[in-house]
Amino acid sequence: MLSIKNLHASIEGTPILRGINLEVKAGEVHAIMGPNGSGKSTLASVLAGREEYEVTEGEVTFKGKDLLDLAPEDRAREGVFLAFQYPVEIPGVSSTNFLRTAVNQVREYRGLEALDAVKFLSLMKEKMKLVEIDQKLLSRALNEGFSGGEKKRNEIFQMAMLEPSLSILDETDSGLDIDALRIVSNGVNQLKSADNATIVVTHYQRLLDYIVPDYVHVLYKGRIVKSGTKELALELEEKGYDWIKEEVDSAATV
Amino acid sequence: MSTLTTQDTLTPLFEGAPADFSSERALAKESFYTQGLPAVKAEEYKFTQIARKLEKEISDFNPAKPVSITEEMVKTAIFEGFVGYILVLNNGKLEEELSQLPSEVSISALSNQEIGSIAKPSKDAFVALNQASFVEGLAISVPKKTQVEKPILILSFAKASAGQVVQPRIWIEAGDFAEVTFIEKTILLGEDKVFSNQVVEIKGAINSKIHYYRLQNEGDQAIEVSNIETDIQKDSQFTAVTISLSGDMVRNNLNLNLLGSNSEGNMYGLYLLNGKTHVDNHTNVDHTIPHAESNELYKGILADQSRGVFNGKIFVRQDAQKTNAFQQNNNILLSEDAVINTKPQLEIWADDVKCSHGCTTGQLDEEALFYLQARGIDKTQAKGLLLYAFAGEVLEHIEDESFHDYCVSLVQERLGSKF
Ligand SMILES: Nc1ncnc2c1ncn2[C@@H]1O[C@H](COP(=O)(O)OP(=O)(O)OP(=O)(O)O)[C@@H](O)[C@H]1O
Ligand SMILES: [Mg+2]
Repeated sequence: MLSIKNLHASIEGTPILRGINLEVKAGEVHAIMGPNGSGKSTLASVLAGREEYEVTEGEVTFKGKDLLDLAPEDRAREGVFLAFQYPVEIPGVSSTNFLRTAVNQVREYRGLEALDAVKFLSLMKEKMKLVEIDQKLLSRALNEGFSGGEKKRNEIFQMAMLEPSLSILDETDSGLDIDALRIVSNGVNQLKSADNATIVVTHYQRLLDYIVPDYVHVLYKGRIVKSGTKELALELEEKGYDWIKEEVDSAATV
Repeated sequence: MSTLTTQDTLTPLFEGAPADFSSERALAKESFYTQGLPAVKAEEYKFTQIARKLEKEISDFNPAKPVSITEEMVKTAIFEGFVGYILVLNNGKLEEELSQLPSEVSISALSNQEIGSIAKPSKDAFVALNQASFVEGLAISVPKKTQVEKPILILSFAKASAGQVVQPRIWIEAGDFAEVTFIEKTILLGEDKVFSNQVVEIKGAINSKIHYYRLQNEGDQAIEVSNIETDIQKDSQFTAVTISLSGDMVRNNLNLNLLGSNSEGNMYGLYLLNGKTHVDNHTNVDHTIPHAESNELYKGILADQSRGVFNGKIFVRQDAQKTNAFQQNNNILLSEDAVINTKPQLEIWADDVKCSHGCTTGQLDEEALFYLQARGIDKTQAKGLLLYAFAGEVLEHIEDESFHDYCVSLVQERLGSKF
């Protein structure tokens, strides 16, 4: 589904990603871990199409298409969804209005009929249950004044509404209390199918207890320096990153 | 001083003025020549070179004569869903035949001798020019305890050839406990530039409630100076909403004098500018007494080579303790060639007051734009959504539903957020 080859990206001339390789197939869950500042969010942003990042080398194909060639909105319509690490507050734009515009534009691109107000509302109700999000939140402006946890929950709600084939969850677990974590993970798991894939960026094993990954990758200094199965996450939880850093840094000095 | 004032160029304007109000006109004319049209460096007009504009664009300083206005024209000028009274002005002159006036309100040609008592000619050359040479004014008086249920739509038709000058002059009075809403819309006929120099004086008595909404969307023929000055008394409320969408050069002087305790003045404005449109909003609120409140919010979105000016003066006199005065001006620049000059001017002589002001100028929020795009929303529409979210806050202050909806649709159309 997603194939990243030797991806290099920089911001304002500073290289951040230095040769990422990653293959994600339908039905898989990949976890990306790694110390602060290693480039996890950068990778997520580059995949979603943020313009500030300049791709200097490499390629990304998504369902056979050159992903880097597409505008952010077309990536979303093709089925890429990024749950932001820091969802943006947008005063004045109502959550419902925003979502309806988004859903219908995505549907139009996929050759589906636009949803009328009634159908949209019933879809919304159905998906709201999935992440147990309060109607009151959605009657407010988009993310405005939402608590950290509410914002994260809203991201997953939007994901449920847009039915992406590749979801990238950037630290969706941080800021969630234990109950919310369970609810949000349940939501993600229910949306999982053989046809879609998930990349979860996280620092914590506790999320991976709920959303069980097929693969775990460690990102460090803009490269995937270690990959393994879910046991790798447990090892990281126990030992931290130092041993990996040492491995990488000593290899680099040789 | 502009050459227009030093030479005889303006003489036809004064000679064309009728014989009524002779002493008021004479006084104003003298005041006009004392002040002169604002020179290039005049502080109050330094960003808006209106005199230079007039020198360039207006060759005939005769008062514009009334033109022919048909029922059809009036009909097209009324926006969808409007329910209310209609007052048609023809180059400033009341067209009774074409108007539908409320019976409970007295509306007639201006004849009272109070003119100039609120908008004083000595304070501004354009006010003086209007008072010295307006052709026919209009007096609107809402008797006390009269609540005019439906809004009064002032359709001000203007046409001039080779420039010429249109000088509407309106006197509005609302008695104790009276309530009234005005919607002013100007329609320019013909192809030529029109110089409109309007003065509106508004007097709100005790416990009155006046709304004055304006839509400036006349296209780039409009060279306009508008002077609206309001005196309001105890427990009264005045709200102005000024929506500026087009024009060549527009200067709005909005002055609000809070003369009684517990009075409330609200000034809201939205300017969406493109091309070379130049819009200048100068507001001034004078807190003269304790326990009054003023709220002000002006927002602007400027594209292309447009230019905006906002100057908001808040004057709190020594006696005006317990004043609440709020002012906010926010701007979004969509192009590198667009310019905004914004200046809050607070002069506070009382010590126990709550005043706040703030102004911001920035670009469209790229983070927010990306967020919307990342959800599948087209970039142009995402921009439209964000810009409308910004602008909509001003439109919310329009209480008349049909006018609100009309402005919303004009604004959305302009911002590309209508879909
Ligand atoms: N505008 C910028 N200019 C220069 N460096 C930047 C800019 N934006 C991000 N960076 C740097 O890029 C690096 C990668 O940041 P990124 O947000 O991708 O890290 P991360 O792995 O997601 O970290 P975290 O775990 O803290 O979320 C960091 O060192 C960050 O400081
Ligand atoms: Mg991050």
